[in-house]
Amino acid sequence: MEELQKKRSRIMDSRPDVSTIAVCCGTGCQAFGGEKVAQAFREKIAESGLQNSVAIKTTGCHGFCERGLLVVIRPQNIFYQRVRLEDVDEIFNETVINGKIIERLLYITPDGSSKITSEEEVPFYKKQMRLIFGANGNIDPAEIDDYIAIGGYSAIAKVLSSMKPEQVIEEVSAAGLRGRGGGGFPAATKWKSTREAEGEPKYVICNCDEGDPGAFMDRSLMEGNPHSILEGMIIGAYASGSNTGFIYIRNEYPLAVKNAEIAIRQAEEYGLLGENILGSGFNFSVHINRGGGAFVCGESTALMASIEGKVGEPRAKYVHTSERGLYDRPTVLNNVETWANVPLIINRGSAWFASICTENSKGTKIFSLVGKINNTGLVEVPMGITLREIIYEIGGGIPDGKRFKAVLTGGPSGGCIPENLLDLPVDFDELTRVGSMMGSGAMIVMDEDNCMVDIARYFLKFLEEESCGKCVPCREGLKRMRQILDDICEGKGEESHLELLEEMSAAIGDGALCGLGQTAPNPVLTTLKYFRDEYISHIVDKKCPAGVCKALISYHIVNENCTSCRLCVKKCPVGAIEFVDKKIPVVIHQDLCTKCGACKETCKFNAVEIR
Amino acid sequence: MITLKIDGREINAEPGKTVLEAARENNIYIPTLCVNEAVAAYGACRLCMVEVTRGNRKRLVASCLYEVAEGLVVETRTERVVNIRRLVMELLLARCPNSSEVIEMARSMGIDSSRFQSEEDDNSCVLCALCTRVCREVVGKSAISLVGRGTNRKVALPFCEDTDACIACGSCVYVCPTGAIKMEDNGDVRRITWPSSTHEFKMKKCASCGSYFAPEKQISFMIQKTGLEAEKFDLCMNCRP
Amino acid sequence: MPEISVKNETLNCILDRYKRDRGQLISILQDIQAEYNYLPREAVKFVSSELGIPLSQVYSVATFFKAFSLQPRGRHTIHVCMGTACHVRGAAQILQQMENETKTCCGETTKDGKFTLESVNCVGACALGPVVVVDGEYAGQMTVNKVKPLLEKYD
Repeated sequence: MEELQKKRSRIMDSRPDVSTIAVCCGTGCQAFGGEKVAQAFREKIAESGLQNSVAIKTTGCHGFCERGLLVVIRPQNIFYQRVRLEDVDEIFNETVINGKIIERLLYITPDGSSKITSEEEVPFYKKQMRLIFGANGNIDPAEIDDYIAIGGYSAIAKVLSSMKPEQVIEEVSAAGLRGRGGGGFPAATKWKSTREAEGEPKYVICNCDEGDPGAFMDRSLMEGNPHSILEGMIIGAYASGSNTGFIYIRNEYPLAVKNAEIAIRQAEEYGLLGENILGSGFNFSVHINRGGGAFVCGESTALMASIEGKVGEPRAKYVHTSERGLYDRPTVLNNVETWANVPLIINRGSAWFASICTENSKGTKIFSLVGKINNTGLVEVPMGITLREIIYEIGGGIPDGKRFKAVLTGGPSGGCIPENLLDLPVDFDELTRVGSMMGSGAMIVMDEDNCMVDIARYFLKFLEEESCGKCVPCREGLKRMRQILDDICEGKGEESHLELLEEMSAAIGDGALCGLGQTAPNPVLTTLKYFRDEYISHIVDKKCPAGVCKALISYHIVNENCTSCRLCVKKCPVGAIEFVDKKIPVVIHQDLCTKCGACKETCKFNAVEIR
Repeated sequence: MITLKIDGREINAEPGKTVLEAARENNIYIPTLCVNEAVAAYGACRLCMVEVTRGNRKRLVASCLYEVAEGLVVETRTERVVNIRRLVMELLLARCPNSSEVIEMARSMGIDSSRFQSEEDDNSCVLCALCTRVCREVVGKSAISLVGRGTNRKVALPFCEDTDACIACGSCVYVCPTGAIKMEDNGDVRRITWPSSTHEFKMKKCASCGSYFAPEKQISFMIQKTGLEAEKFDLCMNCRP
Repeated sequence: MPEISVKNETLNCILDRYKRDRGQLISILQDIQAEYNYLPREAVKFVSSELGIPLSQVYSVATFFKAFSLQPRGRHTIHVCMGTACHVRGAAQILQQMENETKTCCGETTKDGKFTLESVNCVGACALGPVVVVDGEYAGQMTVNKVKPLLEKYD
């Protein structure tokens, strides 16, 4: 234990106060050349011989993906956004060497009134409470020393040196930590049940099979701060009496797999994983399993089947997996974010954790704010904050002056929440009460251009494709519901369809085998509840008010706006637009038009409209 | 013994029994399609759903998997239960419009037609997986399995044609509740038709009477399994001493 | 396209990487797919016999998970993200345009073996939506009009 403290001191001593250029290399920023930018900085540092006074740090996701690529110069915390490779020279020469701010790379508030220099003043970050996610911007995920330097692994030291497993369970229980993966089940209850269950060996699993479309907080945590997850798992394993752990990662997340592998290796080298951890006599090893691309494997029993090398098919959970889970042995399964909360609770105490809260939901939650929102990204907020605060104050509202329509929480298992419920405090129970759920934390914002019938159909199609096919209500029922929605979207719907959908939703919710099927009707039910008029428009008026459902719309030229510039004529892939003459508006031949939207996208004069 | 109540009747059951088993022992009918005593319960057809109350908690469970418990109150015909069964039967009727077994079962529940359009291709497989489970759990060969997922799922041989592991015993045919797998013996050939392909297997000739009495691969499997001499399997049932 | 021949040496190497652990079947199949760009039948059979898992079970796993392909794939794999964030920003139109331009259906490979077009349910890069990933490279903020120029970059 003292070893770890000494190590921390040594790491701190070896790191004089140097200027640090933190380059975000999360997946979002990577797409803008994160690694290349970092490399360019490295070369600049080498060229100018400043290796001893300037350091480069490639970090995980900072959360503000909308503004990627993000570069932060520390210790001043100068926040540069939308950085590109060609900006590297200027940043290095002006800011790093001469301490000057480059105005054009600063964040400008949406009203254009002010430019913001420092990271913590950016409105996107200001209202957040980044307890779990904040470290991402400060550490290189591939450097265990970085994690130790910010106090990492001190919770392990505390637990192994001074706490009995039962005390750990009590502490986490008192903190009120509920699972962040969807169900919101109290974490300590699972641990306790596994600890008390008969059967050896016992297992702990970290679920990083983040299949919920639109959610990427687990990915960003695993990529950006894998040691915090490992530390949580080690504590959980100690508490529940396990010596073997698995991290199940989606194969679509290659960087998360890589960083988790590096982290495990480093933790083993430091004696934080393996035999006799920190001299305590406690053994724990962690293995990585990659998923094969199946949403249903987020379900605990399907995930466990998959770790056993089998088809990811769920089974009934009348006996909890905490008693009979992986290989029929007692198994604790928590998701990435849940594990990452554990060291925090141990370090800062359950009372502190429980003070950030609503009555039944404690701590913070990371949401991915995506869709029709100005500030796309990951936000960590205390439970109980309202949807309006998240969407407008942190998210910066809806782009292009469009009108907000709905926010979907809980992914394919969740529901669409309308504008009049925006003051809802976000916690597990409130979201469930309005027919949605917390889920893993995806928040998909939709505006007036999104059709709610189309969204319901989208999720049914998604779930139909992801259904494992084991039980009849899910396999056959979702297909039939989707077909009905297809009909409605194509103008072939009947009013009786709505009642049929409701009846099927109830029976599938009651009858399906696993959570995927049981919650599958939620998007349909909530859109029927809050946006029934849109269904009626499709069925009775044969119109899609949002202009999305192809069979119910057509593209037209707004003659007054058309300059007959011919851009659309050139772009139309099927030659459906005819150029008549100069100064005469072009003509769309409806019989040829495939409604691909290329003309509307191309037109610079707003001369194409959807009717 | 455990005491529980099913549809208002107090009954006794051995610990470890499922609600379905307890019900059947007491002649209480609960419909099923994917249950067979030969294999472990699977919980896929959802016809056996019942509503159970334990303490203050009421919930819907698959009775083929849910174990009896002291004081458990079970209701087998509540509105929610009936709605699930109705939906399942209508869905299966649409999937297998020509399966007499499915039609008959639906009728027994008072369902004559489905509100869903029938599939174009004629299908009588309800994907209960009894065939694949028998092949794995009873025969021990795992020659067939469920392939693909979701609505594309089907019963098939590996690559829809690899018969290496199949001993042509026909267990899958006998266990299928809807007759979706066909088998036909014709001279020295046994032909098995699974929902995805048809294959032929050679039959063994009786050394005495000359009739073809069992698939050669099944005989080899039995020789290997029992450790008996091969000659013991030379004669058909009729010619055995 | 004809099946390619597999080398037992390569397969053994992959199996050893996972200590021939049956629980690592999915990872093993993934590595084989990374090696050959699909799962050759011979490789599936080899894995089955080496790990002692019935062929039917390995085949079930190979057909259950979306990541696996039992058909040879194109030189370039296009993944059109159909996650919710991309969907609300018009991913369906991008996919349709991809189908038009490559003259192939989603899930299939072009006749010349150049592209395999697939959809994926969220790559977790929602800020870039709609996103298309070609051979692991992300192309963000896609529009219908950007499809053709993107494809022209590959040969």
